[in-house]
Amino acid sequence: MELFQYPYMQRALIGALVIGLAAPALGIYLVQRRLTLIGDGIGHVALTGVGAGLLLNRSPVLVAVLVATAGAIAIELVRARGRTSGDLALALLFYGGIAGGVLLVGLSDATSANLNAYLFGSLLSTSTADLVTVGVLGAAILITMIALRPALFAISHDEEYARVSGLPVRTLNLLIAVTTAVTVTIAMRAVGVLLISALMVVPVATAQQVTRGFRSTMTAAMALGFFAAGSGVWVAANADTPPGASVVLLAIASFLVVAVAGAIWRGLRRRAVPASMTAAEPHEVVLD
Amino acid sequence: MSTPVITVEHGAVGYDGRPVLQDVSLTVTAGEVVAVLGANGSGKSTLIRAILGLVPLGAGSITLFDRPLRQFRQWQRIGYVPQRLGAGGGVPATVREVVASGRLARRGILRPPGAADRVAVDAALHAVGLADRATDPVSTLSGGQQQRTLIARALAGQPELLILDEPTAGVDAASQEAFAGALRDFVADGGTVLLVAHELGPLRPVISRAVVVHQGGICHDGPVPDPAGHHAEPDHDHVHPHGPDEPAGLWSN
Repeated sequence: MELFQYPYMQRALIGALVIGLAAPALGIYLVQRRLTLIGDGIGHVALTGVGAGLLLNRSPVLVAVLVATAGAIAIELVRARGRTSGDLALALLFYGGIAGGVLLVGLSDATSANLNAYLFGSLLSTSTADLVTVGVLGAAILITMIALRPALFAISHDEEYARVSGLPVRTLNLLIAVTTAVTVTIAMRAVGVLLISALMVVPVATAQQVTRGFRSTMTAAMALGFFAAGSGVWVAANADTPPGASVVLLAIASFLVVAVAGAIWRGLRRRAVPASMTAAEPHEVVLD
Repeated sequence: MSTPVITVEHGAVGYDGRPVLQDVSLTVTAGEVVAVLGANGSGKSTLIRAILGLVPLGAGSITLFDRPLRQFRQWQRIGYVPQRLGAGGGVPATVREVVASGRLARRGILRPPGAADRVAVDAALHAVGLADRATDPVSTLSGGQQQRTLIARALAGQPELLILDEPTAGVDAASQEAFAGALRDFVADGGTVLLVAHELGPLRPVISRAVVVHQGGICHDGPVPDPAGHHAEPDHDHVHPHGPDEPAGLWSN
């Protein structure tokens, strides 16, 4: 525990906790729209921003926010047009993003350790200015995702119905895209661009195994993300492991625990309920 | 004289250059219950999707509540019931959460739900007989119950016009009856209905007029054709006098 007396460790922990809360709050909408891997793609694009920032001697995080946002808007526009070529366009953007990032970092004076810190996260790299950025943007993400939940739920659940309800579907879609870009970039320092997507998706996947509603899934996923981020940083500090990998492995471990426990519990319940009772239950039929 | 709620004049729709609807004209007036019938692929779903602005019109014009579709913004006056609930990414949602989406057209996206929203959602759940399933995940409901959830979602917005895409396709008898009852109540309160159907079943007594779509055009507009014929005879061109002169009142604010 003594490690957390150091200010840099406190900064790392607070930053990770904010991201642990914010990432699943956004991720639940991405999971619902089957865009689970979009965070990964935008992470690739953000890397070009990091490279450009390092090369131009500007803040890599801020340049990455701009580049990732532009990439996210481009991806959303391709998705909204719904053409079959969208898949290929996304692939081009993703690989272009990571290749551009590696190339630009190579051209700059930065070392490969520098690049690694952005790819997989680094505890030591969180400055006070970074923490302020993470705190402000993280709070903005949380407030937006929670305050607009009914509308964002509606467009994620049934986009056509949302359009017929007169909701500003295009604006809300762009909002989700931009929020994804911002989340990816602020989480870069803590978990790294290659692993941030896991923190958006895995807590949601864990929560939805035991929850019944959207709201309860969101709350549980945020709690799980918070827990995984906090304990991941603690493990990383004490065992000297990479923080991003520790956070993500803990999140996946809780997924496995819940999956196994859920299966056992369902098995026990099935045995406890007599066969005649289950047959009399009228509402367990799922058509389609 | 009834006021027209939906007016389609010489409407044409095509997908990728292939015509689906050609020179379609249709008027639905307040208080009518109009069924759009036709074989699969006849273009009947496309017709209502065009009316809702979900597919672009290639030619002609559509008017909703005396407003050209392009300028129409009063979406709270319309309740749309799609053919089925999309599967989505598997995040659970309760029946109540889905039905509550129906309030957004009326409330807007920034205002949090209030007492009026709760009352309307309760009433809609009650109208389709799903009040006891409100906290269950929709994925555990039967196909018919899911369809009733979607109808409750549309009713929760307290619309004046219901537009339904095959509301009874693959739906169990109990749900069909519950649905017919909800529709009767809606019409008795002055609502207008446009629905697409393959077969009418228990809805038949509620329908005031039938429109048959055949090969992208309207081939019948009048009384409900005999079910024995499966579809109306293409040469049948009788035009039925319009439905009851009820003002659309109780469901509007």
